[in-house]
Amino acid sequence: MADVTTTPPLTPAARPARPERAEKKPVISMATLTPEMVAMQQHFGEPVIQPAPFEGVLITDTSKVPDVALFVRDELHLEMMTNVTCVDYIKEGYLEVVYHAQHITGGAPLCFKARVPRDERAVLPSITPYYPGAEFQEREIYDLYGVRFTNHPDLRRILLWEGFAGHPMRKDWHEAYYEQENKPYDSRWPAGHHKLAEERVPWGDNVQYPPGFDPTAYHGNPDEGLYNTMMSEAPTGGAADIPFSETGIRTDELIVNMGPQHPSTHGVLRMVVKLDGETITDLKLVLGYLHRNHEQIAERNTWLHNIPFTDRLDYLCGMANEMGYVIGVERLMKLQPTERAEYLRVIMAELTRIQSHFWSIGFLLNDLGAFYTPALYFITEREFILDVFDQVTGSRMMNNYMRFGGVARDILPEQLARIRLLVNERLPRAIDELERLLSDNEILRARTIGVGYMSAERNIAYSVTGPLLRASGVHYDIRRADPYSIYNRFNFDIPVLYGGDVFDRYRIRILEMRQSLRILEQALAQIDQTKPGDIQAGRKAYIHRAPAGEVYSRVETPKGELGFFLVSDGGQNAYRYHVRSSSFINLGAVKEMTVGQKVADAVIILGSLDIVLGEVDR
Amino acid sequence: MNLPGTGILKGLGVTLKHFIVTYTEDFKYIGKKAGVEPRPLRRSNPSNHGIVTVQYPDEHLPVPENFRYIPFLVRDSATGEDRCTSCGICAKVCPPQCIWIVRTEDPVTHRPVPAPKEFYIDTTVCMNCGFCAEFCPFDAIKMDHKYEITSEHNRSQELLFDKDRLTMPDTYHASIHPLDWARELQEKAAEEAKKKAAAEAKAAADARKAAASAASKPASATAGGAKPAPPAAGGAKSPAGQQSAPNVPSKPPAQPPPAAKPPAQQAPPPATSPQDPPKPSAGS
Amino acid sequence: MADTETTQPGDGTGDAIQNDPRVPPELDRNVFITTLDAVYNWGRKRSMWPMLFGLACCAIEMICTAAARFDLARFGWELMRPSPRQADLMIVSGTVTKKMVPQIVRLYNQMPEPRYVVSMGACATGGGPFKEGYNVVSGIDKFIPVDIYIPGCPPRPESLLHGFIKLQEMIDRQSVRTVPWYRPGGSDVIPVPLLGPDIIDVRRASEIAERNKVMAESPALAEGNAQGQA
Repeated sequence: MADVTTTPPLTPAARPARPERAEKKPVISMATLTPEMVAMQQHFGEPVIQPAPFEGVLITDTSKVPDVALFVRDELHLEMMTNVTCVDYIKEGYLEVVYHAQHITGGAPLCFKARVPRDERAVLPSITPYYPGAEFQEREIYDLYGVRFTNHPDLRRILLWEGFAGHPMRKDWHEAYYEQENKPYDSRWPAGHHKLAEERVPWGDNVQYPPGFDPTAYHGNPDEGLYNTMMSEAPTGGAADIPFSETGIRTDELIVNMGPQHPSTHGVLRMVVKLDGETITDLKLVLGYLHRNHEQIAERNTWLHNIPFTDRLDYLCGMANEMGYVIGVERLMKLQPTERAEYLRVIMAELTRIQSHFWSIGFLLNDLGAFYTPALYFITEREFILDVFDQVTGSRMMNNYMRFGGVARDILPEQLARIRLLVNERLPRAIDELERLLSDNEILRARTIGVGYMSAERNIAYSVTGPLLRASGVHYDIRRADPYSIYNRFNFDIPVLYGGDVFDRYRIRILEMRQSLRILEQALAQIDQTKPGDIQAGRKAYIHRAPAGEVYSRVETPKGELGFFLVSDGGQNAYRYHVRSSSFINLGAVKEMTVGQKVADAVIILGSLDIVLGEVDR
Repeated sequence: MNLPGTGILKGLGVTLKHFIVTYTEDFKYIGKKAGVEPRPLRRSNPSNHGIVTVQYPDEHLPVPENFRYIPFLVRDSATGEDRCTSCGICAKVCPPQCIWIVRTEDPVTHRPVPAPKEFYIDTTVCMNCGFCAEFCPFDAIKMDHKYEITSEHNRSQELLFDKDRLTMPDTYHASIHPLDWARELQEKAAEEAKKKAAAEAKAAADARKAAASAASKPASATAGGAKPAPPAAGGAKSPAGQQSAPNVPSKPPAQPPPAAKPPAQQAPPPATSPQDPPKPSAGS
Repeated sequence: MADTETTQPGDGTGDAIQNDPRVPPELDRNVFITTLDAVYNWGRKRSMWPMLFGLACCAIEMICTAAARFDLARFGWELMRPSPRQADLMIVSGTVTKKMVPQIVRLYNQMPEPRYVVSMGACATGGGPFKEGYNVVSGIDKFIPVDIYIPGCPPRPESLLHGFIKLQEMIDRQSVRTVPWYRPGGSDVIPVPLLGPDIIDVRRASEIAERNKVMAESPALAEGNAQGQA
C-alpha cells in the first residue's frame, strides 16, 4: 500500500488561525507525553510517534495506524476505542483523524492522531478489525469528511445517502443556505430587513446541484449498495433453486425493511433484516433519517449558541447533554463553576437520568407488546419531574439551563421543596411499583431472559457504554471512572449485573434509578450549605472566547458515555465540535446481538438499547 | 421461585390499584377541602396518586413564571415607549439567528437612534431558548407564556412576528412575570436611590464650593451632574425618569405593581390578558 | 372549576343541531333538524385517528399528549395507528430531513382521504433551528399540504391540543358538497422526491434541469448555485 504512506507536511504550528485574526498567532503547546505515549514511542521509534499539539501523539506513518491500534489494545491494554473523529485543517491542508482509546478500569483516554491530505489521497487503513466499535465512526468520517478507510468491512455512507454530492463537514463545503462562516450573521443587525433563507438562494429551497446536473436523466438508487452487500449470492431464479433447509422445507431468504416509520424503532431508524423463516441471518442499519447537521451548525455557532442545541441531541435527557458540553468548554476556558451551580447541575442531571430511564423502560415494555399501560404509568411519573424542569429551567424538555461557569437561574425554596417531595416520597414509590408491576412478570421474563446476549468482551470491543455495558458485568461508569463535576463527593454505587441480556438491561436501569435517588438525597441535603444566588462564576457574558486548544470531555448520560471533542482556535466558536454519542456507537453492536434471534426479538433488543435518534444521527 | 403466575397477578394488582385509586383519591377532596385547590393544581401535585388528567381546553395547567415560548417586546405603558434600544444583543445571542432588527436612523444626521424601526422574530425558526430575554440589558424582551399559537395554511405571514405583533405592554409582563417584575422595580429603585445620593453628594459638594467661592449654580449642577443612568435602568430614557422623585422610586412607571407577590404559578395565561387586544392566536 | 372558555370545540355543530322553526313546538324535544354537513363533520372531527409517526423531539411531546395527563382520547382521537391506511391525520412531529422526506410523502400518499396534516413544532413548520443544515427540509409544506402549523420548540402538549381544536374547527367549516375527495378522480398523488446529489422534487425536475444547463454554461451564474464538489 504505497499510496497510504504519504504523509502530509508536519508543521509545528498546526493550528489554523482565522482570517480576521491572522496576525494573532495562537500559542501552541505540544502535548506532554504520558508513560503510555512514551511506551508507544519506544516501540515504534521516535520518528513514527511524535507529540501532537495540545493532546496526544501523532502517528506520522499512516500505514502504521493499525499496528499502533493493535499495540494500544494488546500491549497497553486500552481495551475500548471510545471515539474516532476527524478534523479538517484546511489552512494546513490536511485532515486529522483523532482516536481516543481508554482503559475499562478508568482514567483519562489516550489520544493518537494521523494526518491525511485533503485530496484524493485521503486514505487511511481501518482499525475496525481490531476495534469493531470504530466501524460506524469510520463510516461517519468517510461520509462527512471523505477519508477512505482501506480494509474496512462495509465502507458506505452512513448518515447521508449514497450519491450525495460532497463531504459536508469539510470546511470548504458550504450548505445551500450558507450565509457566513460564523454566527452572529451580519445581516441580522443593524439593517436586519427580514429575508427568508429561501429568498437568498437560486432554487428557493435548501438544495444545490452540481453544475449541469439533469434530474430527469438521474437514475441513482441510494439503497443499491446496501442490498448488494446483503444479497451476496445471486438471487434465485425459480422454485427449483431454492435450497432445502434442514427441516426439509424449501425456504428462501427474505429481506425485510423495518422502519424508518415503524412504531418500535424508537424514531426514524431503519433496520434491514435478512430472514430465514423467522430467524435473522443478517442485519444492516440505515441511519441518518434524523441527521440534522448538528455538528456543522455547531461549528458556525458561538460557544454559547450551542448550549440549547445540545438539548436537542438526546432530547430525552437535555440537561445531561448540556452538562457534558459546558464541562468541556469550561475545561477549555479554565473556568470553575460555583458550588451551588455544581449542586444544581448534579440534581438536574440525576433527575434527568430518572425520567429518561422511566421512558426507556416504559417503551421497552411497549415493544414487548404491553401496549401503553406501563408506558402510561411511567410517563405520568415523568410528568412530575418535567414539572420541576418547567418551573426551574423554563421548559419541559429543552431546558437550556447550564451556562459556562454556572447555571442560568437559581432555584427557589418552593421548587427545592417540590424536588424533595419527589425524591423522598413519590419517585421511590414509583420505582417500587414499577418492580412490582414488571420484574416478576413471567411473560416479561420469558421474553427477555437470555435474549440479545452480549458478553462483556464483545461489548467492550464494540465500544458499548452505559447500562448495556454494566448489564454485562463491566464496572464502568464515567462518574467513577473519570469523575467530573462533584460526583466524587457522593456516596453511591455503580450497579453491575452479569446477565448481559435484555432482562438485565431492564433491571440495571431500575438499580440506577435507585442510585440516582441516593445521589439526589445527598445533593439536596448539601445544597443548603451553599450560598443562594451564587450560581455564576465570574460575570455573565454572552461572548466567550476559549483559548486555542482541544479537549475531549465526557459525561455519563442515561444512555452511556457522551463525549464532546472540541477544538478551539482561540475564537468565539468551535473550530471542531464533535459529539461522541453513545446511542450511535451502541448501535454498532446490534448486529451481533440480533443475528440468530427471531425477528420479534430484534425489536426488544433494539428497545433495550434505549437509543434516541436525535443523538444517533445528530 | 414463586408459583408460576404470581408475577402476573402481582402486576395485575398494581393496575387494579391504579384503577381504584383514580376514584378514591377524589374522596379526599370532599367536604372541607373541596374547592380550596384548583383541580389542575391538585392533579399536578406530586402527592396526588389518583387521576392526573387535566381537562385542557376547560382548565389550564398553571404555567410557571420561567416558562418560555415566543419572545415579546416590552413597552412601558407610562411613557408609551418601547424599552428596546435596538442594541442588537438579542440578535447576536440568538442561536438560530431568527431575530431581525432594523435600527432607526435620525433622518437628518443619519446617526443611529436607540429604537428599533423594524423588529422581526421568525417563529418558524425560533427555538424558545430564551437567550434574548436573558441577555437583554434593558429588560426589553421577555419570553411569553402564550403557547396557544397556530396558523392555518399561511405560515410565512402568520408566523413571522413583526414589531406590532411582538409588542406588549409592561403590565402584561408584570402579570406573567411577577418575580422578574419585582426584581426590575427593585433594581430601578436602587438605581434611583443611587442617583439621588450622587446628586445630593454633588449638590452638597457644590454648596460647599459655592459657600467657599460665594458664587453658586446649584440647579444646573444637580441636573447635569447626575450620573447618566446605566443601561440596566430599564426605561430610564423617559423624561419622567430624570426627575428624582423623592423616595418613591416606582412613581414614574406607575403600573399595577405585583404587590404582595401574587401566587407565582397561578393565573392561566390565556385568560389573564384583558389589557392587550393584539396577539390572538393566528388561526382564530 | 371549569373556567369559561369561548372556544368550545363543539360550538360549530351545536349551532347547527339547535331547534329549527320548522319543527312544531310539541315535538321540540324529540325532533332535530340538522344539515348533513353538521352530522358528517360532527362525527368526523371526533373520531380522528392520528398516525403514530414521530420524527424527533416533538414526537416525545406528542406521546405525552396522548398519555394520561393530557389524554388525547378525550377528543375522540382515540388511537394512534402505526399504519397510514388506518389514519386520518398525520402529525409531522420533528425535523424533516431530506433523507426522510421520500418516506413521508409515500406515507401521505398511502393515507386514505379525507386526510389532514398537522405540522408540529418549528422544524416541521419552517425548518426550525436546524433550518440551515444541509440535510434539513425547510418545512414539510414544501412537499405535502399542511392544514395546521404549530410553532414552538417543542410545543407544549397543550399547544398541540390547541392545534387539534383548531383543526376541528377547520373540519367544521368543510362541506360535503365541496370537499375534494368525493369528486371524481380524487386528489392528486404527490410524486415521491428522489435522492440524488441533493433532494430532487420531481415536480420541479425539468425546471432544475433547464436552469442547471444555463448555469453550467455561464459560470458567473453558477457561483450563486454553490459548489458540488466530488
